Amino acid sequence: MTRSPDACEKVLLVQAEFDGELDAAEAARLATHRAGCPICAAATADLERSRNLIRPELRNRMPADARARLLAHLRQAASPPTHALQPPAPWRRRWAPPVAGFGLGAACAAALLLTIWLPQAPGFKDQRLADQIVDAHIRSLQPGHLEDVPSTDQHTVKPWFDGRIDFAPPVKNLAADRFPLIGGRLDYASGRPVAALVYQRDKHLINLFVWPAAGNGEQSPETGQEHGYNFVRWRQGGMALWAVSDVEASQLREFTEDWRRSP
Amino acid sequence: MLPHLDAAYNLARWLMRDPAAAEDVVQEAVLRALTYFSSYTGLNARAWLLQIVRNTAYGSTRLDRGVRLVPLDDAEEQNDLPPAAGDDPEAALLRASGEREVRALIASLPVELREPLVLRELEELSYKEIADITRIPIGTVMSRLWRARRLLVRAAAARDVA
Repeated sequence: MTRSPDACEKVLLVQAEFDGELDAAEAARLATHRAGCPICAAATADLERSRNLIRPELRNRMPADARARLLAHLRQAASPPTHALQPPAPWRRRWAPPVAGFGLGAACAAALLLTIWLPQAPGFKDQRLADQIVDAHIRSLQPGHLEDVPSTDQHTVKPWFDGRIDFAPPVKNLAADRFPLIGGRLDYASGRPVAALVYQRDKHLINLFVWPAAGNGEQSPETGQEHGYNFVRWRQGGMALWAVSDVEASQLREFTEDWRRSP
Repeated sequence: MLPHLDAAYNLARWLMRDPAAAEDVVQEAVLRALTYFSSYTGLNARAWLLQIVRNTAYGSTRLDRGVRLVPLDDAEEQNDLPPAAGDDPEAALLRASGEREVRALIASLPVELREPLVLRELEELSYKEIADITRIPIGTVMSRLWRARRLLVRAAAARDVA
């Protein structure tokens, strides 16, 4: 039997001590163990080797030209014409003018100060469900979690759900140039397995969560925002639907309208 | 937020492994941070911005979610890295090539291991902060960090990187 350096259950504690995460009592207990454990001694040596490899020069500083482009971009984004496209929420109106007027530093300082007394985003009645859905969206973006069935074809994605879920989710190909379908997967929300369809908008991903609605009736779209993600929820054809993405609210509304109108 | 731009860029650069993609991610993350200030969650400002950078990077289709080995460059490109002033040129060259190789080794780690390693070693964040930023349980942060370090040390030993 080979003894891998993982073979002692205490190696993560050794690492925690190495990273300064243990208090004195824990560290003392660990020291007693480590004195007689060759595996933990080897782990310590590996930790030190790894830290010697990662020199501070490996930290990437933002290049000056990239920084300048960012500041220019922010100034442009803060100028009134951009905002005119979309009626700003009341709280946004309050800090937008200083951005244009006093430059970015002042704006950031103002924004930081404002957080203390800015009203929270308007409450959404299904707050808990909104949390769950946005969490599911974020989870889906982890490596390897996005699609179980990567396919741009609704006739592949739809049958894939057969036998995996107790309802047939409506899978639609939208106008491919705007919101191409890229796959689907099983997910969990609202206390049940749900279908998640993945669409793309430019470089962004949109998750559409679908499950059978409790009760009948259509419901027109309602929009909300959570942790910086936009969502739209509605009911259609006996299904509850939630679209979540980091695309702009207006684009997510377009997606919703495309989807609702699509046969 | 501006004091944390280097941290934001560093994370984006290591996640995306491409300067242009990193710049786009930072740009978008900062805009989102300013727009969504009302959802500020009580993390410290740097952790909060890093969380948004991370979410933006993961939301980008340009993030490589698979594992791929980045080939180590041959000696020909070593001249890109100017030696530090007042250094023995030979020693500087050696160090620069070591740095280049370590960079490639870290870049070749799967993104879910690379991320906690960069946050811990280059941003010097605590396990708790890393867990908050990545929304991953602390236990998982610890085991990923350990796997990342072991892989790095093994790969370096195999390649004889100083």
